[in-house]
Amino acid sequence: MEILEYALQNWDLIVSRTGEHIEIVGVAVGIAILTGVPIGIAISQNQRLADAVLYVASIIITIPSIALFGMMIPVLSLVGHGIGYLPAVIAVLLYSQLPIIRNTYTAITNIDPALREAARGMGLTRMQRLREVELPLAVPVILAGVRVAVVMNIGVTAIAAYIGAGGLGAFISRGISQTDPRQLVTGALAVSVLAVVADLALLGLQRLITSPGLRETRAAA
Amino acid sequence: MIRLERVTKLFPGTPMPAVDQVSMEVPEGEICILLGPSGCGKTTTLKMVNRLIEPTSGDILIGDRNTADYDPVELRRTLGYVIQQIGLFPNKTIEDNICIVPDILGWDRNKSRARAAELLELVALDPGVFLKRYPKELSGGQQQRIGVLRAIAADPPVLLMDEPFGAIDPINRAVIQDEFLKMQANLKKTIMFVSHDIDEAVKMGDRIAIFRDGRLIQYDTPDSLLAHPADSFVSDFVGSDRTLKRLQLLKVSDAMMQDPPRVRADDTLKTAAALMEENGHSAVVMVGPRGRVRGFVSLKTAQENKGKVGEHSEALPTTIKLEENLRTAVSTMFRHDITWLACTNDDGFYKGYVTLRGITRLLAEAYRDE
Repeated sequence: MEILEYALQNWDLIVSRTGEHIEIVGVAVGIAILTGVPIGIAISQNQRLADAVLYVASIIITIPSIALFGMMIPVLSLVGHGIGYLPAVIAVLLYSQLPIIRNTYTAITNIDPALREAARGMGLTRMQRLREVELPLAVPVILAGVRVAVVMNIGVTAIAAYIGAGGLGAFISRGISQTDPRQLVTGALAVSVLAVVADLALLGLQRLITSPGLRETRAAA
Repeated sequence: MIRLERVTKLFPGTPMPAVDQVSMEVPEGEICILLGPSGCGKTTTLKMVNRLIEPTSGDILIGDRNTADYDPVELRRTLGYVIQQIGLFPNKTIEDNICIVPDILGWDRNKSRARAAELLELVALDPGVFLKRYPKELSGGQQQRIGVLRAIAADPPVLLMDEPFGAIDPINRAVIQDEFLKMQANLKKTIMFVSHDIDEAVKMGDRIAIFRDGRLIQYDTPDSLLAHPADSFVSDFVGSDRTLKRLQLLKVSDAMMQDPPRVRADDTLKTAAALMEENGHSAVVMVGPRGRVRGFVSLKTAQENKGKVGEHSEALPTTIKLEENLRTAVSTMFRHDITWLACTNDDGFYKGYVTLRGITRLLAEAYRDE
């Protein structure tokens, strides 16, 4: 009851911190898509390069977020952004690389070779093959990777409150330091709800932009 | 026209060339079947024409122009390409699949969509039903028809087909082959067609090129290939029943005796018997007033009875049309336990007869000089 009361009294604050949270994750994952998808496509041409890139991305994802924030403080202090928004975005950007690159790579390499041969044989250029065939087929898998990145990084961003990035994590960190369960639970619930809502929204988007020809549900004639 | 001049492909790291000094020419508007066991170089040869595989040496000409002078992408847009796995794009509707080459060539959308509908009509698929469907909603046979339509959508003069009907069940395959031949009769494309099936080759090909270990062993019309295999490999490959296979290449009209004797219902049996004795026949066909086949009388009946032909004639068990092939003719004879068939045109007029003996002679003619 107390918690509900607290949440209602601080509704505006919850909304604005949710906004900050979404901004960090949104901007970072947005950039991660712009970098990860081309990287995933590029490495699909070369097995050894792909192994190396995926290995590095896997190592990055194992670094605990607290440690990553700590490592960035001295480096980013050189440009005056040791703590706050910038390191949070960079951390999320790095963590998003693995699911996005890996899913793009997997989707492109798993495309039926017959489709590629038919497309080449009919005179489609590399770019046309990507645009007309390979990317549309890869979209559902790439978006599945984006969903993983978003859900995971909504959690990572909660911890970024410790380096002053704001967001819903601020409720949690204050709740802990002030031993105030109202703030702690409000923050934790808000992060969970945000993660679930974002996941469902992206699932909807995934269904929307997947070609009807690739959906499982329609029976063959 | 497609011309290959001493074309060779040596894949790096292999001792033997996959294709070795192949020279051949596919004349305008003909279907050439590249035939041979797997690994004989037929598919490699086909893929060198659209430069999916680059030849190590030799020239390939389309018309008068060397394919090496084209940009590979430009070249491929002028050559239709059909593969066994079909490779329809699952994310695109049937309409968009058919129009892929017109679209990348920048054709007007209305024009290309109208053409897609026209093409569907050509293979008896209702455009209203199929244009907006997706490939997975179609059966394998329907998908392969779309695969062929997609290859001819931009009206390329040349078609390259890599075992196009190989993955389709035998019943559907025969239907699609017939459909394709009918289409080709109008389109007159110059076609290079890879197959490993001698029966398909005999049925579809104007010419057949037999490959073995990268070399072109024999390049000939189906009938001379079956009648005169160049060596034991070819004769083994075309099969010990190769002479029987020739039956389907020959038409009833090729073996038919023309302007045969005939009788009418009001002729006397005596006239009929005299006619048969004169020609050495054991039966004669009775025709109606305008020449349609009505029945027959046998020599025995004519000799042992008196009266008019019409009173003693028997019905023919069956007749055969002029444009049927001899395989059908022989099969019909065996089924009815007879040794001759009356031949009619489409309107049922009596044109002549074929006999089992006549067919045997015709087939044997090809071997007489050996």
